[in-house]
Amino acid sequence: MFNSFLYRLRDLDVPVGVGEALTLASALSHGLHEQTLDGFYYTARATLIHHEGHLDAFDQAFLAEFKGIEFDAGDLTEELQKWLDDAADEFGERDCADDDSQDFTEFLNDEELAELRRKFEERMAEQTERHDGGNYWIGSQGTSQFGHSGKAKQGISTKSSGGGRAALHAADARHYRGYRSDVALDIRQFEVALRRLRAFVREGAEDELDISATIDATAANAGDIEIVVRPPSKPNTHVILMIDVGGSMFPYSQLMSQLFSATKKATHFKDLRTYYFHNMIYGKVYETDRFSEPIWIHDLMRQCGSHYKLIIVGDAYMAPYELWHSSALSASDDSRVTGIEWLQILSHHFRQSAWLNPEPQNRWRGSTIEQIAEAIEMYPMTVDGLTEAMTKLNRGSTARR
Amino acid sequence: MTGSVTSDAGFEGSEEFRGTGSYLTNPSLEAAVRCALVLKKPLLVRGEPGTGKTLLAEAIAEAEGLDLITWNVKSTTRAQDGLYHYDTVQRLYDSRFGDRNVSDIRDYIHMGPVGRAFQSNERVVLLIDEVDKADIEFPNDLLHELDRMRFTVAETGDVVAAEHRPIVVITSNAEKELPDAFLRRCIFHFIDFPDRELMRRIVEVHHRGLDDRLLDQALEVFYRIRGLERLRKKPSTSELVDWISMLLARRETTVELSPELADLGTLLKKEQDLEVFADYASGRSTRPRIR
Repeated sequence: MFNSFLYRLRDLDVPVGVGEALTLASALSHGLHEQTLDGFYYTARATLIHHEGHLDAFDQAFLAEFKGIEFDAGDLTEELQKWLDDAADEFGERDCADDDSQDFTEFLNDEELAELRRKFEERMAEQTERHDGGNYWIGSQGTSQFGHSGKAKQGISTKSSGGGRAALHAADARHYRGYRSDVALDIRQFEVALRRLRAFVREGAEDELDISATIDATAANAGDIEIVVRPPSKPNTHVILMIDVGGSMFPYSQLMSQLFSATKKATHFKDLRTYYFHNMIYGKVYETDRFSEPIWIHDLMRQCGSHYKLIIVGDAYMAPYELWHSSALSASDDSRVTGIEWLQILSHHFRQSAWLNPEPQNRWRGSTIEQIAEAIEMYPMTVDGLTEAMTKLNRGSTARR
Repeated sequence: MTGSVTSDAGFEGSEEFRGTGSYLTNPSLEAAVRCALVLKKPLLVRGEPGTGKTLLAEAIAEAEGLDLITWNVKSTTRAQDGLYHYDTVQRLYDSRFGDRNVSDIRDYIHMGPVGRAFQSNERVVLLIDEVDKADIEFPNDLLHELDRMRFTVAETGDVVAAEHRPIVVITSNAEKELPDAFLRRCIFHFIDFPDRELMRRIVEVHHRGLDDRLLDQALEVFYRIRGLERLRKKPSTSELVDWISMLLARRETTVELSPELADLGTLLKKEQDLEVFADYASGRSTRPRIR
């Protein structure tokens, strides 16, 4: 029961591993669930779940595992009750109380770990057999081998109060559905990659004590205190982000929103400008993803010096003619510039630029992607690729003092 | 939830937590607190602003009869600040002007909240408040110290180890993601947004003698607005309290959901959200999610 529940969680993409399982086992061995299903629900939730985005999946798994276990005059089935009662003994043998402050897996030696894995697998096999038997044993199909099969009793009875009811009730309410945020889960990885773009500069009022300079000055002053102050250090990274919101980018919209959230949250940029374009950059980019508030590339380059780091995000996949399609140079100058030339103009103006491509790298060859990668250095939009791109963007740019 | 809890873990105090007179608790929270106490892991509390995350640590301290040490984390806070601070400037100053003996570095080592909690002669509750405000690597930097409950003062080589393992409560807004390694070591509890009944009691604390009917209507409007899925920033308790203050100041006796809802700005603070509301109130939008 314990293991099938854990695997159910894993099936729902909740990251529970050996560490979580052992924490729960340890909690059960201390009797924290108080031998009730309610207690088990709350204990398991506290130990297995680390993010409110997973609470809904937890409720789902809990329901699937325990709903339909019938209540006989308000009691749990003997089987389940016995299991809850025995949980303390079952896990008691592995008493981790001495040193449970650390990750359990760290102090289990290999043999113990192997033993644990074996137990897990054994129990899983056991579970499968029961399923193979044709009876969905915890289900409510009415043929459960536990013999509580009357159809009238299915679901949760609310007539009498009994163990486990409240937990199932709570789980059934699926109260946490609103907190599911599958998007949010990887934002952190982007944030960490973006941190590579940090650079600081000292400017503003001199209100920070420079200890080493003070000590030097004091020593030079024959021990007479000589205080040296300096301006505090402030972020000095300027970034322009251009995002393709063309039709072929649609499959990557979730990835885009992750990147977008991560850049918005980054506090180490002095200036972050975000613009949108459709498929290819011609003359103008837009401040909104609905293509309103255009700004001419030429005006942008006038406003933003070459120290801005340019990040273009797009699949670079388009019909070849789009590369050679030309547009006006600026509002006042009508000389024609092609798409590929625009990229060259941009990469010439900005000392550091990179193109991030969500398209898998093995599909880059033989399409417009290859040609664009020649104009601007291109990186796959994976955590690794992003890290590489950020490292490259930061190269050669040292904070001026 | 009755039944005795046996503990052979050499546990120092009571592992029962049933809230205090002023702090209301529920089985879910009690189970999380018990897990944290018995398994000796930090308790990570998340939830929207205004759901009483910080108060929980105070309540645990009160219920257990322990002192509370609070570490308010700010955007500039470093993990080191929580452990100790070596006051070089004071020592430099004293060496020149003071008549103190400056030969002992220990006189200039000041313990931070974590250091004080470790050094305490009795068990304390250590609250690390709003851990997500600090740098993204901040929680990772504390992993080792919170695991081992000890750290070394680099300047003197002294080891500060907790004789009585403090109860660690960490709060975080649901805004920023915390590192996995950190999460794995914590017992997690998510404080739900108050339901209507609880909210009614909270509002009554702020606005004594508020007309029942007005409160009913205000809560109805409030929860319908909160139910709008497209909101970027959902109004929370404090926004509701402010809004009701405005209603009272205008001497309103009734309020209902309409596109011309008065003082909407106290509830919704983002322009996009006002648009969402306008769409909804004029009947143009998707149906709200009623909780």
